[in-house]
Amino acid sequence: MERIVLPDIENLHKLDVYKENGGYTAIVKALGQSTDDIIDQVKKSGLRGRGGAAFVAGLKWSFMPKITDKPKYLCVNGDESEPGSFKDRQILEYNPHQLIEGILITCYAIGAKTAYVYIRGEYHKWINLFQNALSDAYAAGYVGDKMKETFKTNFACEIIVHKGAGAYICGEESSLMNSIEGKRGYPRVKPPFPAQNGLWGCPTTINNVETITNVPKIINKGWEWYSQIGEPKHPGTILFGVSGHVNKPGVYELPSGTLLTDIIYSYAGGVPGDKKILCVIPGGSSMPPLRGDQIEGVKMDAESLKAVGSSIGTGGIIVMDEDTDLVKVLARISKFYYHESCGQCTPCREGTSWLVRILDRIAQGNGSSHDLDLLINVASNIEGNTICALGEAAAWPVRFMVTRFRDYFEERVQKEVTLPVKNTVHSMRDTAFPITDIKD
Amino acid sequence: MEFKFTPENLEKIKDILKKYPTKKSAIMPVLYLGQEQNGWISTEVMTEIASILEITDEEVLGVVTFYTMFFEKPMGKNHLQVCTNVSCMLRGGYDIYNHVKEELGIDNMEVTEDGNFSLEEVECMGSCGTAPMIAVNEDYYENLNKEKVNEIIESLKNKS
Repeated sequence: MERIVLPDIENLHKLDVYKENGGYTAIVKALGQSTDDIIDQVKKSGLRGRGGAAFVAGLKWSFMPKITDKPKYLCVNGDESEPGSFKDRQILEYNPHQLIEGILITCYAIGAKTAYVYIRGEYHKWINLFQNALSDAYAAGYVGDKMKETFKTNFACEIIVHKGAGAYICGEESSLMNSIEGKRGYPRVKPPFPAQNGLWGCPTTINNVETITNVPKIINKGWEWYSQIGEPKHPGTILFGVSGHVNKPGVYELPSGTLLTDIIYSYAGGVPGDKKILCVIPGGSSMPPLRGDQIEGVKMDAESLKAVGSSIGTGGIIVMDEDTDLVKVLARISKFYYHESCGQCTPCREGTSWLVRILDRIAQGNGSSHDLDLLINVASNIEGNTICALGEAAAWPVRFMVTRFRDYFEERVQKEVTLPVKNTVHSMRDTAFPITDIKD
Repeated sequence: MEFKFTPENLEKIKDILKKYPTKKSAIMPVLYLGQEQNGWISTEVMTEIASILEITDEEVLGVVTFYTMFFEKPMGKNHLQVCTNVSCMLRGGYDIYNHVKEELGIDNMEVTEDGNFSLEEVECMGSCGTAPMIAVNEDYYENLNKEKVNEIIESLKNKS
């Protein structure tokens, strides 16, 4: 199987090696075609976003207004902070020039003259590696004003690296734009969508690092070729990051639709000590987890995972063996979303802290079966009631973990409610403050 | 304590400003410069940045408090960041975190008395495939166990 995003070529991060292997030919090909043609090819290739929502990339590009008096922008999302996902750093390290070439083609297609690459602040090393590659590309005349001479064209674009500073929420597209604008990284209310009102109020497209890195190959080898790789509804290869209880954790580039069990047992070397699998999260910590007995025959692509009640997310597969304490895991996941909630929307700001406190109580052995219902209640009240998807990201693991592992969780809680004070506020609010006690 | 950017850093700020259409957008890279020069983001640093970028002190404060990588108090010379998020947790992230705590005798966001070390429990650092991990300032140390952690701490002690 040919690898598209991370080919097995030594020193591919160096400009000359990348060029020897057909680098910077796709941009030449692209510049010879109309922008509509390119958007059309990417649309037909079926390339879907790799940042979590799996939105059709070409369709997103086509939302950009053709005629506007404002500058247009491209944002490349390398904020990668979803627990269990660690794929973008591989691209930044091993194939940065294909990303740069992808950015150039995308900018040309949507008519942007500036691209901001947002990379999470903790990735100092990878920011430097990418910056080095970018400097080489600038020096060789592939990026910036010199492009006009190199490629004999009217098109030129600048690529600017923006370093994040430790906020998971900035991976959300509108929050990422606010962060670049120099504001607190609060997500914006949508609509208006970025294509109408993005960076500094101008039309903007935001794509994930991995999505963009696919583009040069689609242009070079044609959309027909790309659309035939893997599952037809979600074609191409996907970078699967496997972590947790496996013998060989790491990033594996495989065609979409590869069996989850194949990834875990063949590629990632199975579970240490041949233990059974209790739980698998297929797409990064915010996606609904699957029971160990649910994973047989599950294909790893957006549609197949949707059918089994989960989601592809960022392709970060977290494997947990039978000895894992799921309550602690869920408490830790919830603590993460509590920490990262930006605090704009009440359901998320307050709800996430409720989830953490209830789960901590259960982890300490003081939970009751009533708490399990309360968890689902709180999670359901966050979901869908927030500006951005962090609400869902916080609610899904809790809601699905508790419902899918109800038996497991029931064993960890007491059947009776024992509270230090006889006051079951959440279920019987009127008994907490009996009307008769209120004197005027 | 008064704070002024060095002439070299002022030059760098000029370059940064060229990258964005508005001055305010330069705030994050300029804050990084301020933190590099001063060690942490003090009120004086914020005031200086506000006047350079022609925004209010409060706007700067708002950004500083939103992001975890801007320090609002002095941290140790070696800032140890231990990830305890789910993928690291499954591979012993908490063992590493508790071990570092014991070794250094400090808790989350505390600094050792000699100012050499500080500790932070961080969220996912993108090292899930090479867990557990510690980041010391800007450098990642991955696939750790307690022995390796001891080695890292020892070598950092000797360096200073």
